[in-house]
Amino acid sequence: MKKAILGTKLGMLQIFDDAGRVVPVTVIQAGPCVVTQKKTKENDGYEAIQVGFVPAKDKHLSKPQKGHFAKQGVSAMRHLKEFRLEDIASYELGQEIKADIFAAGDVVDVTGTSKGKGFQGSIKRHGFSRGPMAHGSKYHRRNGSLGAKGPARVFPGRKGPGRMGGDIVTIQGLQVVRVDAEKDLILIKGAIPGAKKGTIMIRNSAKA
Amino acid sequence: MDLLRSIEVGQLRNDVPEFRPGDTVKVHVKVVEGAKERVQAFEGVVIKRRGSGINETFTVRRVSYGVGVERCFPVHMPRIQKIEVMRKGKVRRAKLFYLRNLSGKAARIKERA
Repeated sequence: MKKAILGTKLGMLQIFDDAGRVVPVTVIQAGPCVVTQKKTKENDGYEAIQVGFVPAKDKHLSKPQKGHFAKQGVSAMRHLKEFRLEDIASYELGQEIKADIFAAGDVVDVTGTSKGKGFQGSIKRHGFSRGPMAHGSKYHRRNGSLGAKGPARVFPGRKGPGRMGGDIVTIQGLQVVRVDAEKDLILIKGAIPGAKKGTIMIRNSAKA
Repeated sequence: MDLLRSIEVGQLRNDVPEFRPGDTVKVHVKVVEGAKERVQAFEGVVIKRRGSGINETFTVRRVSYGVGVERCFPVHMPRIQKIEVMRKGKVRRAKLFYLRNLSGKAARIKERA
């Protein structure tokens, strides 16, 4: 069954598993999310639920947003995301989606926005090789060839220095170590994309 | 942050005795051999203690058959059955790595009152 939830990355921690081994985990405040809209085949051409996370104050909303929430008759939410789940009819407007949809042992994919790295060279950004640092070489961390001479131009998409990070990144096949339904926490083994307090999305794994 | 702390607190042991670098301790560790589980003791001088909360670890050094052996344990590891403080040592450093270069009489540590 497909399932998904929005959450906030709280930080990383170590815990001991049943065998007494140390496991690195990322703690995620997952939900409670609220169903804010149901997209239907007749109306929208596809089926999905729109889910909101973190209650929003009135002053943070634009007029169109307020109108959207008023039309659906649900409380305002800061982050909205659509999930194309199965059996959309079983969800109701205003229904809460909580962390307990996942259980320990589940394999999930986590999507988040990676940390911004600023303007970086092509070695850090694309993993290019470095030139010789000594023996008379003056070619240290530069780009290398930009392509053949014949076309007399650089083709679009050539890898080079530029802004790095801040991309939407998905890490697949992470394991849920523990779920605390009372505190709405999900503990996932290993690291996930983005900084603390970043909004992330957890879905059941596409490959499992 | 408090939520992170609350997960950590649930895992901390409260039966850890007070000990510091320079102390001689006996660590009783549960080891799994095949299907059987038994307790193994490792006695030596604490040469390092680092980290805080659930991440805290300590390193015990002993010289066994002329070979220096160091083992690092997480303080709150559930596999540790108990930690016995055998002797309190008086030292002037937090990290006693200099003991690695000493042997015999020179590697002795004065007792702390």
